[in-house]
Amino acid sequence: MRNAYMTDELEAIYEQTVDFVAKEVTPHGDAWEEAGKVPREVLQQMGELGMFGLRVPKEHGGLGLGMLASATFSEALGASTFAGFDVTVLVHTDMAGPHLINSGNDAQLAEWVPKMLAGEAIFSIGVSEPDAGSDVAGMRTAAVKDGDGWRINGRKIYITNAVYGDLTIVAARTDLENKYGITMFLVPAGTEGFSVANKLDKHGWRCSDTAELILDDVWVSDEQVLGTVHRGFYETMKNFQNERMVLVGMGIGAAQAAIDMTNAYTQERKAFGGHLFDLGAIRQRMAMNQAKVDAVRASMYHAAWMHDAGQDNVKAMSGVKAWGCEVVNQVMYDCVQFHGGMGYMRESAIERMYRDARILPIGGGATEVMLEEVAKRSYA
Amino acid sequence: MKVVVCVKQIPDPADPGALDPESKTLVRDAKLILDESDSYGVEMALQLVDAAGEGEVHLVSMAPNNETAGLRTALAMGAASATLISDEALKGSDALGTAKVLAAAIARQEPDLVLAATESSDGYTGTVPEQVAALMDLPSVTFAKSVAVDGGAAKVQRQTEAGYDEVECPLPALVSVTAGVVEPRYPSFKGIMAAKSKPVDELDLGGLGIDAGSVGWAGAGQEIVSIADAPAREAGEVIEDEGDAYERIVSFLDDLKVL
Repeated sequence: MRNAYMTDELEAIYEQTVDFVAKEVTPHGDAWEEAGKVPREVLQQMGELGMFGLRVPKEHGGLGLGMLASATFSEALGASTFAGFDVTVLVHTDMAGPHLINSGNDAQLAEWVPKMLAGEAIFSIGVSEPDAGSDVAGMRTAAVKDGDGWRINGRKIYITNAVYGDLTIVAARTDLENKYGITMFLVPAGTEGFSVANKLDKHGWRCSDTAELILDDVWVSDEQVLGTVHRGFYETMKNFQNERMVLVGMGIGAAQAAIDMTNAYTQERKAFGGHLFDLGAIRQRMAMNQAKVDAVRASMYHAAWMHDAGQDNVKAMSGVKAWGCEVVNQVMYDCVQFHGGMGYMRESAIERMYRDARILPIGGGATEVMLEEVAKRSYA
Repeated sequence: MKVVVCVKQIPDPADPGALDPESKTLVRDAKLILDESDSYGVEMALQLVDAAGEGEVHLVSMAPNNETAGLRTALAMGAASATLISDEALKGSDALGTAKVLAAAIARQEPDLVLAATESSDGYTGTVPEQVAALMDLPSVTFAKSVAVDGGAAKVQRQTEAGYDEVECPLPALVSVTAGVVEPRYPSFKGIMAAKSKPVDELDLGGLGIDAGSVGWAGAGQEIVSIADAPAREAGEVIEDEGDAYERIVSFLDDLKVL
């Protein structure tokens, strides 16, 4: 058993996912990075295998599992070493999908959940704007009532899966008097006025597609309002801890892969009359990296367990997000260092993994924001 | 149609553990996994049942400590149920002892067809399937690359050094399946969750009606005299091309009799 929170089924899901990415993702990842796209076929294959349904309630065709399942799944995906692939999947299953599951009405669930589970429709979540990331008070995209629907105008940026995806859950200000007066809308790709302004060129996550979106007089019907009007921010908050966690999960999976490949490399690489790993400066640093990764992993599963046990885990998960993502970057830095010149070459996996890790302390709640979440819950 | 598949649960080849210096056998205390060579038989059985439009796949396995982790993998792939035989007295069983146990467990299922791997990935005797067939008085076809069921007969393409033979035999029969001839399916997540509630009939030797003296160390006809580490891999021969490298390579391959 990998840890105290595991069940036999979660263990099998972990192993199955690691096996799947080893065979279906890692061998093809370089080509996907080059293309800037994860092929829809592999996402549909995952859909056929039920890999998108961990958090979807049984009555809607999923497995109805909790946050521990997302922790397991995200860590296993990280073993692919292609974080752009991992985040493509996790935005669909754990960042955008849960909004539909948590707030969708019967008609919306009936229309979109089967497509989500099958990978026929890939989801994205459109919150960030040029002036509004973690601070939603700066959100300028607005929707005004127009007949039997709403008219939306604005821009969104850094939206994962929105170039090639099929449904974006768009946040728009609907109550100008209240900075949290936001409503979520289901906006399918192809809706008139809804377009991709830019496919963004990123430092890492190269096979993940990231969009700048324009909403130019986009009209959506009342049936496309997700959840309660003006309450979108609060409904979105319900999934914050899960979003934070899966970024840590995929990071830890990747960090473990980086440690394993660096240990193997330094045990093969001859230098100074022995192998690099024989040098205390290297072996002790790698041992410390392993200890840090083990600690982050344990903290992450514990914070997930708190949620599943009905406890408030905001402080715990925010701390895991802040510290865990910094640790992943420290590990990647050392792994590049100990690969020497090879670690700086584009042909080496560790070079890519180092670039991929950099976004983790920024996206899904920046480290500084996460630490404030911990700090404001730390007054005696 | 009922297809029984013999599956072995083995130590993970990625972390194979060690040989016990006392018994000179593989230590099997850690978690066991489905032998990959058996996943082909499971896949073939599932395809045969799908093609028949009715029936089920039943697994038979012999393992220490009532281990079911490997069986659950095959159940998650789609097998309906399993029989697991676990008994302290089975320690030290040789190939024939294993075959006696499997044959007794298979007979209880009254199958139309029995599939097995040609050999396991840890023991490699490659004799158990034929011994099971002999004990059950079933026709045995080895090294199958494809199997089809047509009425009361199995039509088998049997791999040979030169190509393959087309063999037909009456059912019930036992067929050993060559690794790599089908692509084993990934278990779906729903299959994984469903596997925990699929029936696994756990039996000991008494439940099978087998005398403990006929199997295990007591009944083994083989003796492991000694064990030794495999020799370290030696450096290969480097051929510098001085215009005649191809001739030397052809000559080298000719000496190995692979041409």
